[in-house]
Amino acid sequence: MAQTAIDIDIDEIIERYPGKPEYLIFLLQDIQAAFNYISSEALTLVCDHTGVPESQAYAVATFYNSFSLEPKGENLIHVCLGTACHLKGSGLIAENLMVNCLGACALAPVAVVNGEYQPKVTSPKLMKTVQKLGDE
Amino acid sequence: MLSLTIDGKKVEAEAGWTLLDTARQYGIEIPTLCYHEAVEPFGACRLCVVELRQGDNSRLVASCVYPAEEGLEVYTDSEKVNNVRRWILEMLLSECPASSEIKEMAAQYGVDTTRFEITDPEQECILCGLCVRACAQVVGANAISTVGRGAQKEIGSPYLTPGDDCVACGTCVTVCPTGAMSARFERVRGVPEVVMVRSVKG
Amino acid sequence: MQATAKDTAELRLGSLEELEKLRGELRAAEDPNQTRIIVCHGTGCIANGSAGVTEALKAALAAAGEDIEVMPGIKTTGCHGFCSRGPLVIIKPKNIFYQQVKPGDAEEIVQKTIKAGEMVERLLYEHPQTGEKIETTEDIPFYAGQERVVLANIGQIDPTKIEDALRAGAYAGAAKALTNMEPKEVIEAVINSGLRGRGGAGFPTGIKWNLAAKHEGGQKYVLCNADEGDPGAFMDRSVMEGDPHAVVEGMIIGGYAIGADTGYVYVRAEYPLAIKHLEKALEDAKALGLLGENILGSGFNFDIRINRGAGAFVCGEETALMRSVEGKVGEPVPRPPYPSDKGLFGKPSVLNNVETWANVSRILDKGADWFAGLGTEKSKGTKVFALVGKVNNVGLVEVPMGIKLRDIVMEIGGGVPGSDHFKAVQTGGPSGGCLPWEDAELPVDFDSLIAAGSMMGSGGMIVMDERDCMVDVAKYFLGFLEEESCGKCFPCRLGVPRLRETLKRFSKGEGTVQDIDDLYSMAEAIKAGSLCALGGTAPNAVLSTLRYFRDEYEAHILEHRCPAGVCKDLITYSIDPEACTGCRACARACPQDAITGEKKKPHSIDESLCIRCGMCMESCKFGAVQVQ
Repeated sequence: MAQTAIDIDIDEIIERYPGKPEYLIFLLQDIQAAFNYISSEALTLVCDHTGVPESQAYAVATFYNSFSLEPKGENLIHVCLGTACHLKGSGLIAENLMVNCLGACALAPVAVVNGEYQPKVTSPKLMKTVQKLGDE
Repeated sequence: MLSLTIDGKKVEAEAGWTLLDTARQYGIEIPTLCYHEAVEPFGACRLCVVELRQGDNSRLVASCVYPAEEGLEVYTDSEKVNNVRRWILEMLLSECPASSEIKEMAAQYGVDTTRFEITDPEQECILCGLCVRACAQVVGANAISTVGRGAQKEIGSPYLTPGDDCVACGTCVTVCPTGAMSARFERVRGVPEVVMVRSVKG
Repeated sequence: MQATAKDTAELRLGSLEELEKLRGELRAAEDPNQTRIIVCHGTGCIANGSAGVTEALKAALAAAGEDIEVMPGIKTTGCHGFCSRGPLVIIKPKNIFYQQVKPGDAEEIVQKTIKAGEMVERLLYEHPQTGEKIETTEDIPFYAGQERVVLANIGQIDPTKIEDALRAGAYAGAAKALTNMEPKEVIEAVINSGLRGRGGAGFPTGIKWNLAAKHEGGQKYVLCNADEGDPGAFMDRSVMEGDPHAVVEGMIIGGYAIGADTGYVYVRAEYPLAIKHLEKALEDAKALGLLGENILGSGFNFDIRINRGAGAFVCGEETALMRSVEGKVGEPVPRPPYPSDKGLFGKPSVLNNVETWANVSRILDKGADWFAGLGTEKSKGTKVFALVGKVNNVGLVEVPMGIKLRDIVMEIGGGVPGSDHFKAVQTGGPSGGCLPWEDAELPVDFDSLIAAGSMMGSGGMIVMDERDCMVDVAKYFLGFLEEESCGKCFPCRLGVPRLRETLKRFSKGEGTVQDIDDLYSMAEAIKAGSLCALGGTAPNAVLSTLRYFRDEYEAHILEHRCPAGVCKDLITYSIDPEACTGCRACARACPQDAITGEKKKPHSIDESLCIRCGMCMESCKFGAVQVQ
């Protein structure tokens, strides 16, 4: 689970890496992991540190799937849409729920709920899990 | 000097020239959209592709970036080359229906209509990236970039809101092959201090 | 002196002799004939609860006291490959193979097998045709047909312990190369082995190295492509999780060969366990002096850094990967210049796939001639495949190049459930193509696959049956590539979505035969015009399915029929009144309230409300919901 902004010192994160453009993605990854998103303030700090122009950092932050410029929800559910899972109906599961191949094809269809792998998942089972999370 | 053939004709190129440089030296026309002398070639629009043949092998390369080499057999107007150009232009007609420049270029290759659905009738931006590269390499302001990825890609300033990095020099409008940049200039730079006139292509 | 883990923690090896001395001591410290328990901790088995099995076995062993003869500690390993049968437990030295083990089985395994040497019959693999119970790994058809070179150590060693890797032979090849060979001799060995890249393109590895090596001096780099983005592929993940030192060693050899002092491993972020094991491997190798300055006293310095992917399939493309390591967007760049001349940070660079690097370690250890003795004339060695889909034995396999497709799917794979043949086998991921049953005798090697309209790719092998729709498969792959396109070049950014749109129309029963003919022309333009292989191979799925399954396409557009019963607009769901018990499970699951009926009486689906989501079929325990 991500800590709140109060717990993490963003300067500490920035100081982990040398101030060079090649560390842009490392920094964005660590910030994303710590705060669950990348704020505009954070992006500015990263640009100041690495020397990367803001437009280029913005291009990078919007190019890659794993970065979010807006805060994400608390519970993360990933449904594997890889081919093996697709053939076993995961597309329908994802559609019914509302991601990329997780590499665990023998368990198709696979869903990952808050980091825990759930093999051979079905829509009804997953719906129940979602409801439980919603009640918590 | 390097010796090669273009469309069956023997030509000479200096080391460091691209195939596009060489062709233009000999007055051979090759269409381009993402190429501009002021910035580094990008190889993105693929309209400038030419066919390289070697025995039974044939492949298409972007002439704006491919270096002239000794002994190359180059074709600028073959069926394979024109097939690529026609499909790109037909797709552009549906993607950027508001651009007269695209319509004109497409007509040159016999493409007057498009079978593809038009989702944004006002769109003129072809995503050639010339504006981005000019702003970075010529002006050094780095005010704009590509935003997003794939079919959703667009050009804009950070957070798609006007910012201070833009110095309103208008270079992006000058290099833009269509009217797209002049139309969206206000989105990049809050209040335009100079009235920008759309560049006229000769 | 017997070497223990504690000893290796304080050692720093200064020569090949010291390495081999340590290896000898480590081997002497473990009696291979002693009983020992191995539990698979590959991601698949972990998801199926193997960690709980390990805990239960530990407890059972502790409870059994000291009167049993077994090597202390349970060895947890990487993926054994037989993923569909996990959790897997292997008992050495006999290699007794227990499948689908639950924590509740631990007691019995310890008492019966460890203590008394007897089998727990219900945990044994049962031959699907003869019904015979098979006791050991080697006799199981899934394993019997394989040739494990890259995967040799996976499942035998604890991937987090360098001592295990050393016992298995790790770094023998690198030590030989650094101590007894010149860089150009190393390149020659790789050329002579015939190794071709395992990432998909199959370019001769040694020749690629030569192109970078010819630049005299200056900064150079080697890179490992561990981005493994093909849906359905997990070969590289398993190697990194199960035997990371194989990759580290390979890169040391490659760095030495071309003159690079730094290597980068680019791993997709979705592989946290692989990253963790790789980091541990680097740490341990460094501590022993197998990485870093003056490796084994050779004077060669080499270090490896890890970059994590940020969620972009296109970064599996060579030049896009390098841009990403540079901190930029993952947009490929035109070649020439080739990375061997101007690659990472503008320096001569060699990028190879995980499996390629692992093969390099083996080649320098056992020799180029040994490797060239495996496989076929133009495709030497073996290939790891992730065999998935409609096949009985889903898992990871390694086979010699040239093996027949039928042997992989029907013998090793155990055949297609409920059928005596497959409809199609897809290889090469989204860039590849489908091979029909008519091609069952096809030798699986680089050139044969290309001639048949597909490609080797990185190793994903997806088996399909009559319930899979080839139009849907092509549409799926195009949808994937549309999502992942970087958007730089026009043929791909504009063309792939339009190809997908066309497939979508076909799947709805719309379109004409003329559309199919036009598709060939458009596909040709996208193939020939695209900047990189993502766009360049995007049309392959359509072209290969059209080549072998044109009648299926025509059924969709001319008869408005999806023979496989998949395409939503062309199918209807209905309830078989004979099978329906009226339990109302489906009615409760239906998001549209489209199912009605009296309690305990057969129900029916209102077609006008049905959105074909399939939830009714999933909830029915009686198989009463049917698709037409």
